Amino acid sequence: MADVGASPLLELRGVTNTFGALKANDGVSLAVGAGRIHALLGENGAGKSTLVKIVFGVLKPDSGDMLWQGAPVEVASPAAARKLGIGMVFQHFSLFDAMTVAENVALGLDGARADAALERRIVEVAESYGLPLDPRRATHTLSVGERQRIEIVRALLQDPKLLVMDEPTSVLTPQEVERLFVTLRKLRDEGRSILYISHKLREIEELCDAATILRQGRVVAEVDPRRTDARRMAELMIGSELKGVARPAARAPGEVRLAVRGLDLPPEGQFETPLRGASFEVRAGEVLGIAGVAGNGQVELMRALTGERRAPRADMILLDGAPVGALGPEARRKLGLAGAPEERNGHAAVGDMSLADNAFLSARHVRGLTSRGALRPRAARAYARDVIAAFAVKAGGPDALARSLSGGNLQKYVVGREMLQAPKVFVVAQPTWGVDAGATAAIRQAIVDLAAGGAAVVVVSQDLDELREISDRLVALNAGRVSRAVDAASASVEEIGLMMGGVHGEPPAATGGAVGLAH
Amino acid sequence: MAWRIEPRAERSRALDLAAPALAVAATIVIGSLVFSALGYDGLGAAREIFLSPLADPQRWPDLGVKSAPLVLIAVGLSFGFRANVWNIGAEGQYVVGAIAGTGVALAAYDMAGYWILPAMLVAGALGGAAYAAIPALLRTRFKVSEILSSLMLSYVALQLLYFLVRGPWRDPQGYNFPQTRTFTDWETLPAVVPGTVLHLGVPIAFLAAFLAWIVLRATVLGFEVRVVGLAPAAARYAGFEADRTAWRTMLAGGAFAGLAGILEAAGPFGQLTPQFPQGYGYVAIIVAFLGRLHPLGIALAGIVMAVSYVGGETAQTTVGLPGAAAGVFQALMLFCLLAVDMATRYRLRRVAPAPSAAGARP
Amino acid sequence: MNATIVVSIAMSIVAAATPLLLAALGELVAEKSGTLNLGVEGMMLLGAVSAAIVALTTGDLWLAAGAAALAGALGAGLFAVLTLSLTANQVATGLALTIFGQGVSSLVGKDFVGREVHRLPEVFPAALAEHPLARVLFGYDAFVYFSVAAALAVAWFLSRTRAGLVLRAVGEGDSSAHALGYRVIAVRYGASLFGGAMAGLAGAYFSLSLTPTWAVGLTAGRGWIALALVTFSGWRPGRLLFGAYLFGAMMIFELQAKAFGLTLVPPEALAMAPYLATIAALTIISAGRAGANLRAPACLGKPFRATA
Repeated sequence: MADVGASPLLELRGVTNTFGALKANDGVSLAVGAGRIHALLGENGAGKSTLVKIVFGVLKPDSGDMLWQGAPVEVASPAAARKLGIGMVFQHFSLFDAMTVAENVALGLDGARADAALERRIVEVAESYGLPLDPRRATHTLSVGERQRIEIVRALLQDPKLLVMDEPTSVLTPQEVERLFVTLRKLRDEGRSILYISHKLREIEELCDAATILRQGRVVAEVDPRRTDARRMAELMIGSELKGVARPAARAPGEVRLAVRGLDLPPEGQFETPLRGASFEVRAGEVLGIAGVAGNGQVELMRALTGERRAPRADMILLDGAPVGALGPEARRKLGLAGAPEERNGHAAVGDMSLADNAFLSARHVRGLTSRGALRPRAARAYARDVIAAFAVKAGGPDALARSLSGGNLQKYVVGREMLQAPKVFVVAQPTWGVDAGATAAIRQAIVDLAAGGAAVVVVSQDLDELREISDRLVALNAGRVSRAVDAASASVEEIGLMMGGVHGEPPAATGGAVGLAH
Repeated sequence: MAWRIEPRAERSRALDLAAPALAVAATIVIGSLVFSALGYDGLGAAREIFLSPLADPQRWPDLGVKSAPLVLIAVGLSFGFRANVWNIGAEGQYVVGAIAGTGVALAAYDMAGYWILPAMLVAGALGGAAYAAIPALLRTRFKVSEILSSLMLSYVALQLLYFLVRGPWRDPQGYNFPQTRTFTDWETLPAVVPGTVLHLGVPIAFLAAFLAWIVLRATVLGFEVRVVGLAPAAARYAGFEADRTAWRTMLAGGAFAGLAGILEAAGPFGQLTPQFPQGYGYVAIIVAFLGRLHPLGIALAGIVMAVSYVGGETAQTTVGLPGAAAGVFQALMLFCLLAVDMATRYRLRRVAPAPSAAGARP
Repeated sequence: MNATIVVSIAMSIVAAATPLLLAALGELVAEKSGTLNLGVEGMMLLGAVSAAIVALTTGDLWLAAGAAALAGALGAGLFAVLTLSLTANQVATGLALTIFGQGVSSLVGKDFVGREVHRLPEVFPAALAEHPLARVLFGYDAFVYFSVAAALAVAWFLSRTRAGLVLRAVGEGDSSAHALGYRVIAVRYGASLFGGAMAGLAGAYFSLSLTPTWAVGLTAGRGWIALALVTFSGWRPGRLLFGAYLFGAMMIFELQAKAFGLTLVPPEALAMAPYLATIAALTIISAGRAGANLRAPACLGKPFRATA
């Protein structure tokens, strides 16, 4: 909502974009005023990322117009966008792991080479905005927060009028988020505009001057977030009332089902994080949340728990008191340990196979879908049908290809496939990552119900709100180390944030520098 | 007007089946154009190569004999190719299989019995598998690309063959020619249709393709191979370990190639000579892809390829086409299939042109 | 062993290494951009036969070299259309290209087999290369000096230029490069065509200098050795230069061993030696590989299609 009379810095009119049958954007119009932080708000799949790609010239819209400082423009490429004065910080960083920071920055600037002059400019800009960076470091040695700085510095070096940021805080600790906001406000005070894409209401309330809310590809509202109730914005975003998770009444903790004791795991490749003496316990009837910023060992911990990687010693992982660290995924499943990794498509499920075939992946032993080396396709289809029915998966049936399902429905199928095996221990990573609100509520409820039924559940998530909603206790993962556990209901966000940053219960030290990974 | 290429949501089954036929048709058209441009009777060449062997029932047994090793090797390779294991050294495994089986034959030269031939076949399969174990070990233990190691080993196998037939295994009554003794009746594959060249190896090859199809479709082992190829991370999640799959598929590929080798030695050749390796191991790679890595498709593709071989020989005499022409047609056929494949995976869609500012909605 | 023999061995190592270096440099650039073309052998044969035909019909050796580069690039162009535009499997396409090159070269070259080509002249005047030690430095034809210069040029291009940076970026992260607005497919086309032209020149070196004549299958599997050399080099031009001469030494081992009357070992064992040595070299380098610097480009061999 630009000031009346002055033309906005950026204006979109009637932008429509279609992928196959899906209308990702349907007649979207919005205006970003100069010197403002404008939020683009919407849940997963609402069409935010598609719109951003159009603004940055990565995608061409099927129809619609873009105006820059009041004049119609056609942004044919990211280079053209950069020339106009648009800088971009991607959600999935466009970085090259094997290259240095300076090389990565050079690739984001037109015609630049990674030479000494550029290195000096990087240090200059980085310091003046409080984003310390060493231009000669190899990118793969940096933490996720540091990598994001490369993206921001890269954008700032072009002196942009508009900075587009796609979900920038999803990879940061609460403390890092605060520091980022300081930088962003400074940029606004310099007269720059920021198009801030997020689905986190609290951040938008705190930071933004205006907000456009998208739902299913359409603009449903323009609001002033400083004066609009967060609950109201959430309802506009989701299109229905917010549904919370129904927690059972206080339970007496049961026996320890899963115990991890001093788990060390060397990295498999140079881009991995080693686990260092990770220890925790989960009891029957309990949900343990594992918080942490991506890249701190979540993927590695999941692999170690599901058996995709063996522990160095069998007794580093105990299931009902029995050492299982040396067992592979099949043997652990037979003992009642089920898992659902973060990446649905290609890890927890095979996109090019049917849902029935996908049942074989993890349920073949416990549910008897094979016998003596032969597949039992009819049993697999029956099981897939059971999962579809029990978890209200919207799918064409057991023969539908996994990749034909929406993210939320495939996640419900994956979670359901594990839960219907009635596991004693269930470990799940990012259970609602990229999932719409309806499926999110259903999955969270299912997790809580599973624990209520006597299972021990481990949830690895970057979403602190989610963890606080469904966990009984919380630990944080930082640089491959697991913090002490805190009570999920009573711990403050600040306390958890410090744990995520590697400060484990000691008095908060100076946190001005990087939230560093040990290298 | 703009066009956009996008993946199809569902694979079209009709196109899946039509693609190879379309590829063969395109090969005939392009091939005859190319050969016309080179000054040959292009259309005549294409007709001789692709039609005449089919039209003449007397040549059908030749088709069977030519297709058997191709089908057998290609089926073995297809397991690996599906699982991203690129064994391109089947030629070497084929030769070593023949050598191993021949070793048994030479040792049993003075003996008689029905056990000899089966023992040769088992030795052949084991020999091929053992030779494939080298690149498998190098890949799983030292991360050496099996593409390069298996291919290098093919050159090594050829030299091993030359050494044996010139040296220790040379026929004492062979006038110093570099060749082994001819196999005895106990060591030679019987004809399945008396009076023709159609030997027992032909039904064995096609039976193997059928069994491979059952394994791929209906067993956990086949499921493992499919999952590893489609989504390696999901395979690991399912408990299929990449190294184990690499070992299994490499050994299977080697065993099939080795069996093909000894069947060829105990069938059409009846001995080992320096001319024994004919490049089947390489052409089988084309056959595997032409058959879309599907055992039954490979059986068909093997026959198509045999047609081009047999027809290529005819064309040498009838239209004076050089022997190399068949190879050109074979490579063209794979190029065409890979190109046609595009149609089954993607489709062209028209997108509306970006409207001008005047046409914009308010 | 006197100095003359040492010099002649050294020079034959250089001669054997030159086509390996040329072909491997081209493939290195192609692989740095993310494409794995196993058709090097086929493109070398196309280059070798084209050079022989043009040299024998026109007598112009430079035109012959140009034709060889063009023929190799055409082969690479076919590969690029299939794998980059049509996203066909790179391994299968590369193999088909090798079989195609073998077939086409023996087809078009059948009237030229065995006819001697006028050999490429030495660059420096004979007087300069009279002393045996001077000959090691100044006694070669232009291809040898070009190949070394090309190695230095590729090293400079990849590490010091903007275009080289973009090429590496495309090979390290195709979707990131696309998101930043680089034309992934176009860059890979360029790298592939360069690879093909270099393979064509490598083939030309056989028919214009090494043999110098055309024969069916003239390059005798050297294209595969060149591919192994790229892996051996850890995708670094400097190591590639060193590796080419090392592999060249392995190639001539067989000939030299025969010349020295090494009769205890059967000739077949000597003929195996280069291939076994290549496998051994790959094993040592792969097993001992540490750190990022010797790693394959992250997108090597993976098809890329711009989505959303």
